[in-house]
Amino acid sequence: MTLGIIVVYLGLVMLVGMISHRLFRGTGEDYFLATRSIGPFILLMSLFGTHMTAFSMLGASAEAYRRGIGVFGLMASSSALVVPVVFYFVGVRLWALGKRHGYITQVQFFRDRWDSNALGLLLFVVLVLLLIPYLLIGIKGGGLTLSLITGGSIPEWVGSLTVGGVVMAYVTYGGLRGTAWANTFQTLVFMTLGALAFFWIVRDMGGLDVALGRVAEQRADLLVRGDRISPLKQLSYLCIPLSVGMFPHIFMHWLTARRAETFRTSIVGYPLCVAAVWLPSVLLGVLGSVDVPGLEGPAASSILVRMIQGHAPELLAGLLAAGVFAAIMSSLDSQVLSLGTMFTQDIVRHYGFHDRMSEGRQILVGRLFVTGLLLVTYAISLVAPSSIFKFGIWSFTGFAALFPVVLAAVFWKRSTRAAAIATVISVAVMWVYFFVRGWSVPDYTVAGSGIMPVAVMLLVASGVMVVVSLVTRPPDRQVVQRFFE
Amino acid sequence: MTGRSVRALLYAALVLLFVLHQDSWLWDDPRIVLGLPVGLTYHVVYCLVASLLLWLLVRLAWPEADQ
Repeated sequence: MTLGIIVVYLGLVMLVGMISHRLFRGTGEDYFLATRSIGPFILLMSLFGTHMTAFSMLGASAEAYRRGIGVFGLMASSSALVVPVVFYFVGVRLWALGKRHGYITQVQFFRDRWDSNALGLLLFVVLVLLLIPYLLIGIKGGGLTLSLITGGSIPEWVGSLTVGGVVMAYVTYGGLRGTAWANTFQTLVFMTLGALAFFWIVRDMGGLDVALGRVAEQRADLLVRGDRISPLKQLSYLCIPLSVGMFPHIFMHWLTARRAETFRTSIVGYPLCVAAVWLPSVLLGVLGSVDVPGLEGPAASSILVRMIQGHAPELLAGLLAAGVFAAIMSSLDSQVLSLGTMFTQDIVRHYGFHDRMSEGRQILVGRLFVTGLLLVTYAISLVAPSSIFKFGIWSFTGFAALFPVVLAAVFWKRSTRAAAIATVISVAVMWVYFFVRGWSVPDYTVAGSGIMPVAVMLLVASGVMVVVSLVTRPPDRQVVQRFFE
Repeated sequence: MTGRSVRALLYAALVLLFVLHQDSWLWDDPRIVLGLPVGLTYHVVYCLVASLLLWLLVRLAWPEADQ
């Protein structure tokens, strides 16, 4: 029955993608940007759905299982403020610049802003590489969910392939409009089903007071932050949500807004949506510590699914599995579309290959690129461990450390091409350095100080941007004028 | 109050809210407040306050106004 529900759900998502395709206006701008016509509610749902992944359901509950309630302050309330503030200060301005100059991708904007092909190519490579661990969250989470919910009768690799395949199908067919609609549908699905599952499980455990009482008796350490999360760690985690300013898929959704004012609903609604999704996830993780004790390492990623299986009827278990799929696919689709768009626009068209290729062939090449990337991700997922939280953090760390690049692009006229290139290179070098040192160390912080690598990287990257800008020749006036009128 | 000073005031409130995220005084507090451990209640309320402040920000200090 569970499997049946998931199959029906996947069919529904495809249907939503197809219905939106009927509104397709037959132009490139409509395929890539839905003709910049998306309204406030769809923008909020697609931005939120794109940002929330398996990370916020499976990852958050697994992390709360290990570390307790502090995970909410660490990841959720920090995002609740930082993300909409980035929308307000950066997103709205990028939307206006995108509309004025007709941009479709992030790379087009940065290349123009500093008049540099080299920067464009460098950013393309770095952004694509950083997206791979992010894609891994979805591919891995899909396989894990399907395998757990069917009691292991469907191996992980089948779920991973299914998620990748369905997403490829409706993105290819529906473009950004299809993706935005499918995202809205899926965001509503995972928010509703998450809340429903939470109330059901808590009721089955005798109510929230009783369930928390059990935790207080057996695992009181999880109801405070204590030694499990250091104050310095919480402070430096505030940098992580800055990653939203550099995600290619979020940039793409920003550009779809009908007007600047369309952003208002997203800015105000975002903190409420974050609380609505993360509170149940974190609480279920904490309650899971006494309900299904003893899960070690990556096995904790399964806590949410195990609790649903233990407390909810099969129908709800199936629906919730669909909800987890919804959270996964609503991010994966935007990432897949933005990668395909970047390859078509920033490589094929920009470097003139389109003279030698028909439009159909360009699109085919773009899809082959995305399929290739998904296959690489899939291959990695077969050998990588399943700690979904860890993949997310490393990906977000890289994107967040690149934040000074977008900030300087939007606000600092004196910032130079050389500085932008040096900043991106410094982030890439630091990322590799910290990744090599920290990947195999549980709860890695810089020299065990409690400070996350992202804080150091952000500081160094900001320094590189400022110093190199000031020691290199100021940018041409004509270039600056195009962006600061 | 002029538009400029309203904006300055809201930006200051935003900075204050960032600072208030670091609730070190509740770190080891095991009390239950509003049905949840206080370290969790604080951050849920924080999300609500963030939404309220952002509402004021988009109403009274929209970025388009200074472009």
